[in-house]
Amino acid sequence: MIQKKTGRALATTALALLLSAGVVAMQPQDAKAEPQRGGTVQLAVTPEPPSLMLGLFQNGPTQMIAGDIYESLLRYDTDLTPQPSLAESWEISDDQLVYTFKLREGVLWHDGEPFTADDVIFSLDVFLREVHPRWRPTVNAQVASIEKTGDYEVTITLNEPFEPIMLSFEVGTTPMIPRHIYEGTDYRANPMNATPIGTGPMKFVEWDSGSYVHLERNEDYYLEGRPYIDEVYYRFIPDAASRAVAFETGTIDVLTGGSVEIFDVPRLEQQDNVCVTTAGWEMFSPHAWVALNVREGALAEKSFRQAMMHAIDRDFARDVVWSGFGTVANSPISSRTLFHSTDLPEYAFDPDRARELIAESSYDGETIDFLVLPYGETWTRWAEATRQNLEDVGINMNLVTTDVAGWSERVGSFNFQMTHNFLYQYGDPALGVSRSYVSSNIVQGNPFSNVMGYANEEVDRLFAEAANAASEDRPALYQRVQEILVDELPVLWMIEMDFPTVYRCDLQDFITTAIGVNDTFRDAWLQQ
Amino acid sequence: MKAFFKRFARNKGAVVGLIILAIILAAAILAPVLYPTSPWRMVTRPFLPPMSPGGFWLGTDALGRDVASGIMHGARVSLIIGLVSTLTALAIGIPIGALAGYFGGLIDDALMRFTEFFQTIPAFALAIVIVAILQPSLYSIVLAIAIVSWPPVARLVRGEVLSLRTREYVQASIVIGQSTSRIILTQVLPNTIAPITVMASIMVASAILLESALSFLGLGDPNMMTWGYMIGAGRTRLIEAWWISFFPGVAIFLTVLALNLVGEGLNDALNPRLSREGG
Repeated sequence: MIQKKTGRALATTALALLLSAGVVAMQPQDAKAEPQRGGTVQLAVTPEPPSLMLGLFQNGPTQMIAGDIYESLLRYDTDLTPQPSLAESWEISDDQLVYTFKLREGVLWHDGEPFTADDVIFSLDVFLREVHPRWRPTVNAQVASIEKTGDYEVTITLNEPFEPIMLSFEVGTTPMIPRHIYEGTDYRANPMNATPIGTGPMKFVEWDSGSYVHLERNEDYYLEGRPYIDEVYYRFIPDAASRAVAFETGTIDVLTGGSVEIFDVPRLEQQDNVCVTTAGWEMFSPHAWVALNVREGALAEKSFRQAMMHAIDRDFARDVVWSGFGTVANSPISSRTLFHSTDLPEYAFDPDRARELIAESSYDGETIDFLVLPYGETWTRWAEATRQNLEDVGINMNLVTTDVAGWSERVGSFNFQMTHNFLYQYGDPALGVSRSYVSSNIVQGNPFSNVMGYANEEVDRLFAEAANAASEDRPALYQRVQEILVDELPVLWMIEMDFPTVYRCDLQDFITTAIGVNDTFRDAWLQQ
Repeated sequence: MKAFFKRFARNKGAVVGLIILAIILAAAILAPVLYPTSPWRMVTRPFLPPMSPGGFWLGTDALGRDVASGIMHGARVSLIIGLVSTLTALAIGIPIGALAGYFGGLIDDALMRFTEFFQTIPAFALAIVIVAILQPSLYSIVLAIAIVSWPPVARLVRGEVLSLRTREYVQASIVIGQSTSRIILTQVLPNTIAPITVMASIMVASAILLESALSFLGLGDPNMMTWGYMIGAGRTRLIEAWWISFFPGVAIFLTVLALNLVGEGLNDALNPRLSREGG
């Protein structure tokens, strides 16, 4: 027997409540307003992406722009409930092994070719299996077969139940790639990479290097009347202060998350017709922490790490450094995703307790280097505040600055003692959390692997078991793993970050999904 | 000596400069007494305007750190970097200039081409590259400033030595058989001290400016509170909190102005025949 499954409605209701609490200022929208056609929207994106070919590049800016050119099988509500996109409907077998996707008929690629099941097979089984850093491990480890079971039907069979696969069909992880353009070619050398062809609501027009990317309305889009906006420009302005000025003077309509310095947000928000939202990052739920190289010295000692956690004033970081944006993090799993446990011990800001723990540890006054994350001013200020917190309890700290390449190189080769870092959670611990703590991911060359060198067999086992467990067994396993990690502190969790998007309130239905401004222009329209 | 001070004091600007310099020096020395805690410490609410109650005369910055404390502690760093990097530049420039000027010929050509090689590279760009390669720290910054500021010293000393070595007392020393090194050290160099002193006072000022510029760009030592760092960190908040950048800017302005005034006074005092009053 086969049951229709569209989401975990009950389980996610509580999550939706939490998320709405995180929304700082959503302009009340007139629910009855009828969408209007027309208009041009200018967005600031930073930095300029290396390419718009979303299958080959997954940089943040690439996703923000190409997320409207390409589409995947599904979209996700802000509570991570799957919604139809190129797949009209889907069915999951009772044993949670067979996923059948019914595709929408009559969809055309931007060059006029029809989109069929062959394109899905090519994308998932051939192209992305070869090149995509997140889809590749999932498809290789979990998927037994991907088959065409009709011109507009695709069936994916798993080796074992793997619930998180339903979160893999967003446009950044599995963008649909046109088979007629890429099959049998050298993907990276394909000249069509410069003029991406997708099925999305927006078509690529022009990329004026160093200046802007221009997209226009896809006249043949399969949803009647959509998209509503005629033209979109993504502009590249290198300096954060200039971007804020461009917004204030009206050159730019949207400052995408990350392109505005957090401390400018309250000032911009006070102006007329300016809306700020922190929604649209639910799939990513960026989790910021201080990574500790736990291989040697005092940092290898649990009690010393616990002392540091008590010494760092995370409320101060949230309220002052991050201008009140974000939520203090208490666990490896973000409270904005599933499986976050609220039943965990908390490390309160308590310098006295920190001094006691340090006295008990073997720390004897050696200087500890803190590598500053070179992502702009806010991170530098945060490093300075963290250093002061730790010096206040008697830990000698030394800040070390470097550039982005130097940071990646040093952290990726484990040549650091402490540094800030933030990672995306991708909606499920099996996709975005376990990678930071399992010992099999202590690999050189990637600053987002288990660079701490943390190894615990119990943690490895629990994460592996939880990934393939039946839905009802997973919460208990993740509860246990959170308890261990919160006690051992391989990293010091700081803040569940908010990346506010600042935009003109005339833009309606602007952020409606869990991947932010990446796939916004299917629904967005301009109040005129 | 008395005549020296008399001539120095005749330049009113120089006296004012000396007073300002004395105040800054006092601030640098008294910083740990008046502000015993680290200037990095978050002591109160952020963005307090100047003259706030609680003794925050110059306000607080984005993290609630006391701007006045930062300026006092920053004075130490600025003066130390200015002095040490100038001494280092002199230690490189004087020997090269002296050798080139005294021996002339091929040695002169070789040393001067070497000097010109450094002079053709824009000083600030070279300083940025050196600091970026060596990682920002007190040592790399001092080294970078010294490396970009020694060529003018070498050229000045060379010119002085070139004219001094033809003087009769130098010729006499050669005739009586003094060793070359002894002639350079005891007969020639002591007579170049006056112009070098004047130049050094200006170099300290430009070293402070250079360090501030590096810190402003985020290439300062991240563990040392400096004026340039304070301006750079406050720059993006200039609209809401002007005082974070303004007061360190005033401190740099006054220090550099004072050093230039003192340099001019020294010039008048040490070169009476060249001074504008005509002696």
